[in-house]
Amino acid sequence: MPYSRLIPCLDVANGRVVKGVSFVGLRDVGDPVELAKFYSDGGADELVFLDITATPEGAKTMTSVVAQVADVLEIPFTVGGGIRTVEDASRIIEAGADRVSLNSAALSNPELISEIAELFGSQAVVVAIDAGDGVVHTHGGRNATEIKTVPWAIEAASRGAGEILLTSIRQDGQRTGFDLELTRQVRDAISIPVIASGGAGNAQHIAEALRITDAALIASIVHENPAGLKGLRAEIESFGITLRPLKEKV
Amino acid sequence: MSDVVVVVDYGAGNTRSVRAALSHLGKTSVVLSDPEAILEASFVVLPGVGSARSAMEHLNKTGAADALRTRFSNGGATLGICLGMQLALQTSEEDDGVTCLGLLEGDVRRLQADRVPRLGWANVDPWNESFYFAHSFVGQSPDTVATSDGFCVAVRNGSFFGVQFHPEKSGDAGLNFLEQCLTLV
Repeated sequence: MPYSRLIPCLDVANGRVVKGVSFVGLRDVGDPVELAKFYSDGGADELVFLDITATPEGAKTMTSVVAQVADVLEIPFTVGGGIRTVEDASRIIEAGADRVSLNSAALSNPELISEIAELFGSQAVVVAIDAGDGVVHTHGGRNATEIKTVPWAIEAASRGAGEILLTSIRQDGQRTGFDLELTRQVRDAISIPVIASGGAGNAQHIAEALRITDAALIASIVHENPAGLKGLRAEIESFGITLRPLKEKV
Repeated sequence: MSDVVVVVDYGAGNTRSVRAALSHLGKTSVVLSDPEAILEASFVVLPGVGSARSAMEHLNKTGAADALRTRFSNGGATLGICLGMQLALQTSEEDDGVTCLGLLEGDVRRLQADRVPRLGWANVDPWNESFYFAHSFVGQSPDTVATSDGFCVAVRNGSFFGVQFHPEKSGDAGLNFLEQCLTLV
């Protein structure tokens, strides 16, 4: 089995990282390229960039950000937000992203999952599910749909998704731990990897999630102290989780 | 012989990352499927993007497939990454069965693992180094030189070196690996 993965998520608006990144060691805390490199050096296993503007102008800016990131980053990264067509996905992947993450576009047009998977392979398609009260939500968790979470995860997997990014909207931003029950339910129902998201407040929370699933998405816990990523990894390992060994630079 | 590294074009996908890694190592690269350039380059990379069928169709149509076979018999150094390693074998189960380049003996089968795609960093034996993987298919070949979780993840025969992992996405370990490959020329 591959090692458990720790994945910082960066929200990007108009080419700038937004929300809660505060750290004096960085020259420019809003620069996605610099921050990506910083997290990569600190031991992130992958990164996720989420375009929270999701407008046509935002998409153009995002493509250029992706290309700049790809030129300096030697770990994989996923890009989500505003990807509605095969062309959008191609643009982002050809700019250098490893995977695209689909959310509401996959709900309104599930065929999109298979189309992108056929072109780039399943490993290039992540389906993001914002879940709460047993159903899938849209618009950043504000609108509940009638689609049930577990059946949707099963459908996404059968249509060719290579991974599910599962966010508990109730836990998101609360920092009180992941929704382990939800994570377990979804993971047990499918055979593709599942990234747990929403609720990471400390190393123990992350370790709990990694005991039942493949990867954990982290945001504020690491943005508040980007230099603490190495320490966080060590702390997670002290709870019995094996992360990939980092080699010290010589 | 041209010093520029040729990254073979399959018609779609992310070749930017492998080019960035080469550039990091001081190598200029071009992305193309021109048979003559493939024959003349000092180093060729078959990247790991797309699906077996569409990649082979593109390689056959452009004449790149034959150029890669000739290059192999001439002893030209070639590195296959992920799908690029799989394409060097004889056949693949992907896309209901695809005839590949057949540079090396062996075939590609659907991965049987706890989670597929197999995503993430994993240790490679006997190199004792972690690299990044993202695959749903896996090769098997008498030319296997390294494994991960028991799967064949590196093959080597003559001037062809193939790896299932992505050195361009595997941090310093990946860059070191790429650098060593480049010295094989």
